[in-house]
Amino acid sequence: MPLPAKKKRNYLPLVLLALALFPIFGSTYYNELIAKIMIMTIFAMSLDLLVGFTGLVSFGHAAFFGVAAYSVVLLSPKYDPGNLWLVLPGAILTGAAVAFVVGLFVLRTKGIYFIMVTLAFAQMIYFVFHDTPLGGGSDGAFLNVKPELRIGEKVLLDLNEPMQFYYIVLAFLVVAYVFLRVLLRSPLGHALAGIKSNEHRMVSLGFPVFLYKLAGFVTAGGLAGLAGFLSACQFGFVTPEILSWHQSGNVLLMVILGGMGTLNGAAIGAFAFVVLQEVFGALTKHWQLLMGAVIVTVVMVLPGGLSSLPRRLKGLLIGGGARHG
Amino acid sequence: MAELVLSARGLSRRFGGLYANRDVSLDMHKGVLHAVLGPNGAGKSTLINLLSGDLPPSGGQILLRGQDISGWSPDRRSRNGIGRSYQRTNIFPGFTVFENCRLAAQSRTPRALRIFSHATGYADLCEAADKAIGQAGLSARRDVVAGTLSHGEQRQLEIAMVLATTPSVLLLDEPLAGMGPEESQAMVGLLKKLTPDHAILLVEHDMDAVFAVADVITVMVTGQVLESGPPEQIRESVAVQEAYLGAGEPDDE
Amino acid sequence: MDFSTFLIQLLNSLQYGLLLFLVASGLTLIFGIMGIINLAHGSFYMMGAYMAFSLTSLSGNLLVAVIVGIALSALIGFLLEWGLFSRLYKRDHLDQVLLTYGLILIFEELRSLIVGDDVHGVPIPELLSASIQLSETLSYPVYRLFMSGVCILLAALMYWLIRYTRLGMMIRAGSSNREMVQALGINIDLIYRIVFGLGVTLAAFAGMLAAPVSSVYPGMGNQVLIICFVVVVIGGVGSVWGALVAALLIGLTDTFGKVIAPDYAGLAVYVLMAAVLLWRPEGIFRRI
Repeated sequence: MPLPAKKKRNYLPLVLLALALFPIFGSTYYNELIAKIMIMTIFAMSLDLLVGFTGLVSFGHAAFFGVAAYSVVLLSPKYDPGNLWLVLPGAILTGAAVAFVVGLFVLRTKGIYFIMVTLAFAQMIYFVFHDTPLGGGSDGAFLNVKPELRIGEKVLLDLNEPMQFYYIVLAFLVVAYVFLRVLLRSPLGHALAGIKSNEHRMVSLGFPVFLYKLAGFVTAGGLAGLAGFLSACQFGFVTPEILSWHQSGNVLLMVILGGMGTLNGAAIGAFAFVVLQEVFGALTKHWQLLMGAVIVTVVMVLPGGLSSLPRRLKGLLIGGGARHG
Repeated sequence: MAELVLSARGLSRRFGGLYANRDVSLDMHKGVLHAVLGPNGAGKSTLINLLSGDLPPSGGQILLRGQDISGWSPDRRSRNGIGRSYQRTNIFPGFTVFENCRLAAQSRTPRALRIFSHATGYADLCEAADKAIGQAGLSARRDVVAGTLSHGEQRQLEIAMVLATTPSVLLLDEPLAGMGPEESQAMVGLLKKLTPDHAILLVEHDMDAVFAVADVITVMVTGQVLESGPPEQIRESVAVQEAYLGAGEPDDE
Repeated sequence: MDFSTFLIQLLNSLQYGLLLFLVASGLTLIFGIMGIINLAHGSFYMMGAYMAFSLTSLSGNLLVAVIVGIALSALIGFLLEWGLFSRLYKRDHLDQVLLTYGLILIFEELRSLIVGDDVHGVPIPELLSASIQLSETLSYPVYRLFMSGVCILLAALMYWLIRYTRLGMMIRAGSSNREMVQALGINIDLIYRIVFGLGVTLAAFAGMLAAPVSSVYPGMGNQVLIICFVVVVIGGVGSVWGALVAALLIGLTDTFGKVIAPDYAGLAVYVLMAAVLLWRPEGIFRRI
């Protein structure tokens, strides 16, 4: 980030270690849950690149996640494992390519238009998969066998193996995290931060802002594609619901819940969301009622998201409760 | 005569039925500081907005070294050497002074889309930024977050950012507005220093400053050019005195 | 396509477009005047439809249901504005998106808890249940004509309200300059409350009106919401007349799209939106 970074204690290695060791102690259920959280973290980080770092509030991010997930099914043979060399880049490229085309349209708009137009385009793509036989229509399609990585006859990685899958997800989470860190401190990252801070001035300084936003949008689409790929591999089937606007809303929720503009926040948000979903889901089939109540409460009393909670608590204890800005 | 860099030919801009600029023509030469005077609502800011591309003209032409750039986007104009500052401070408030200027300098480089390198790792950009900060007299405040600067310092930063883009044309919209006497003096000195290498258009309310630095003055009234010429001619012009100087003090915005 | 079929489709698209207008006009007004993006707007449509269903089964009379429903939805609008939305005016769009997204979840689950997840039909009132014979085989239901008529009446009423009343003057002023309105001593909070209540009531009323022909089902609000976004994007945010034109365009596109290319009908309106975005990224009309 352009701001001088404050020296903070770095918990990252600890978290990484915990994630790496978790499967030794965890049951299958919890391993799958943690893998899901990691996949959602990649998804949320990809959206955070737009919302938190560029100032583009996209309400259609599920589209890129979804088309990539579909591409996994479409690129895999029906009864044989797909080739990871082909399927993985295929999924990422699909996400990025769709983001490119959508970006050409939606990035012409700003502010509230952008929110509505991204939502509408995502819905358009939803209908492509819902109404046409391309991906099995409204029933969706199965990924009967998950892709594997082979060299010659030797199978190096097999995503059908739950343990291998867990560690592959972890590896991709690390790759995505490092990639975004690097991107954010690069000239492009600084330019995106400039666009978030003051787009008008960026234009007058001579930046072709549209191209920069498109670059950010495509990158975010590709990363969402990676998450979509992993998600398709985890669940073994795809339905139009993964492209639905609820999915877009949920990932936006994760980003905001965790606190925008920090990659760690995206992880916190994804974790909080998936855990809440599980806990509420175990309580009642009307779990969305509780989720909605949590959202409304967070917006009304915690404008900075969950990650601002410690700071606020500290402020309450020390400063006697100065709220809001 | 010095090199003609930027010129307006019969430039007009309508808002609804009202003309904010009507048939404005003026020339900007390298090494010449061209000041634009006029009461509020004379269309000075509109003129700058037209030249910088922030507003599309309703009629007329803008020529950059003979080439018609009337249809160019503001960012394209900026990349071709037309730099502008804003009357209302227009900075990146969350960034440091250095990062404001470094980002401005970055706009000049095609490497901007490289994503695997440190933004702050390019020595030439950092140098350009530091040079601009030095010129604007902000070196001591280099690492301060811009939003926390005083108003006068933010005005200096506004200029530093433009300079960091190494423009050949400077369009300055009231750079002295809100500055203290000392800061104003420093800015006047800076303008004098910059003049030999740049074509400068200065919109300014401070008469003393304008007459101190301007080589050419254009007086605008109700969107039109009333008179244009060297400071002595403007000082002695009856029309200007009647329409503007004679009519009491120009009001501040 | 023979003439009668064409006529029927034309009437259908008019009816659909006008209904969309009722919902979208509230959405665009609430944004244009209050600067609030309200994802939960579709939920009000859903509420209206479910009120029509529940209240008709209780009272046995659609008219009674509609009157009680209107009062209820106005009340809900007032309460929401007072309790939640009035605190959001100064926040950015992100918070508004988040809050109204949370409201959607709450409303949908409440609906599920109170009425259940089944699809229900609402009977057409006997008075309007007839059909007009167009040719030997084709006829057109009177109720749909009645719907269009009511919508046109309401649109005219809104035109009059915005154009010729004191409230309308304040609404127009409020959408262009908030500070000035306050400086003139107009109670902007009250205007906001009225506009919001009006928007909610219009959406709910549209739901009640549509219930007999579309039946009531879970998720009906969200479907309408997204199409209304398309209406607002095409028409221009804040422009009521833009919303009218866009809603009619969408009605035509959707209805005839279903006739011409049934497999891709869901896409037609979005293609229309994409085309408008290329042509005019800020919508066809701007402002009221």
